Amino acid sequence: MKNRSLISINDYTKDEYLKILDLAEEFEKNPKQDLLNKYVVATLFFEPSTRTRLSFESAASQLGAKVIGFSDANSSSVSKGESLKDTILTVANYSDIIVMRHPKEGSARFASEVSKVPVINAGDGGNQHPTQCLLDLYSIRKTQGKLDGLNIAFVGDLKYGRTVHSLVMALCNFDTTFHLVSPIELKLPSYVKMHIKNNNLSYFQYTDLNDVMESADIIYMTRIQRERFSDPIEYEKVKNAYILTAEMMEHCKPNMRVLHPLPRVNEINENVDSTPQAYYFTQALNGVFVRQALLATILGVK
Amino acid sequence: MESKIRKELVVSAIENGTVIDHIPAKSVFRVVKMLNLEQTEGQVTIGFNLESKKYGKKGIIKASNQFFENRDANKIALIAPTATLITIKNYEVVEKRQVEVPDTIEQFVKCVNPNCITNSQHITTRFNVIDKLDLKLQCHYCEKITGKNNIEIL
Repeated sequence: MKNRSLISINDYTKDEYLKILDLAEEFEKNPKQDLLNKYVVATLFFEPSTRTRLSFESAASQLGAKVIGFSDANSSSVSKGESLKDTILTVANYSDIIVMRHPKEGSARFASEVSKVPVINAGDGGNQHPTQCLLDLYSIRKTQGKLDGLNIAFVGDLKYGRTVHSLVMALCNFDTTFHLVSPIELKLPSYVKMHIKNNNLSYFQYTDLNDVMESADIIYMTRIQRERFSDPIEYEKVKNAYILTAEMMEHCKPNMRVLHPLPRVNEINENVDSTPQAYYFTQALNGVFVRQALLATILGVK
Repeated sequence: MESKIRKELVVSAIENGTVIDHIPAKSVFRVVKMLNLEQTEGQVTIGFNLESKKYGKKGIIKASNQFFENRDANKIALIAPTATLITIKNYEVVEKRQVEVPDTIEQFVKCVNPNCITNSQHITTRFNVIDKLDLKLQCHYCEKITGKNNIEIL
């Protein structure tokens, strides 16, 4: 995996995911190590994403790396009309690895082809966000102690949410039962469901969130966006139907945990935050360890 | 019988070169463009709305002294899946082959996704053909699928 770019979650095999998760566990025990003090990490954020950028920069800094880069395209030469290729070729001269976020889909794959240093995709439009997917896997394994034999419920916008698609695909490597809760308009696309079937796994579809409360080991919440509906009346009908509250979780399994890629709007009531099931803020912290594992692996120091 | 004779005549009418037969009548000019025949110095004859027993109406292109690599010829399978390539040497048919959709396609198809990086920067498009019968092209970059009804030739 040394020197190999990570663009799509499908670039890694199951064994490679597990290797990253194991290493992330090591970093969780000991996050401050002087492993990357000879390295420069470039974080190129062509669109702002504070959470992801800070998580990468914290991961790199705690391992002693120097961090260079920009946090939105306006403060870079992109605003002067520089092509992505030229930006990448230039930055590759100054750094050992590039972490990039870009609003256009496919930009990260293209960057990895022109760059002489490896590229980590920190989100390319609506396409891929593989480090989110790895930190979700890490959070599931950490809270449940395993990745096989779990009942995982996905809730909300399953049609457009890229994190959901990638995570479902990745979980197809394990013995997962999928519970898919969404309004009819926002059901999981059929190509993703085909992928579940092709792996001899099963899925169940629901429109009522209460139906999965007693069976789920993980509830993965996502936000439903108004702009996804062609008919605003339909949005008004469903907008409050997929809000998780502490009262709804009364009969959940004791090991159940609630995940969310954040930022949330109102889909998880704040009264959930103080329950033992709330895991979404720790999930975000796990992102630092997973990104440390990726940086260390791709730079070849671990 | 009469049309059979005429077809043989049409096919034999060049000394050396390639005849592309059984092109859907409406795709003839797109094939010309795709094979860059507008730029060629040699003699090119183009026919369309010719009668075809098998397909109703068809188009045909005869290009003197032009021979196509499989790689180039297979590109046209995207818009003319029924096309046959006939290689002529000394007025004789030396080879006849059906075009085939290739496994990968580079350069001449536009990605259907408006938010794909290939549509906003100077980047050569690349696709993996994931369904040859129903023609589905997956973009190497944005991973979105361009279906047969959305194929736009650059």
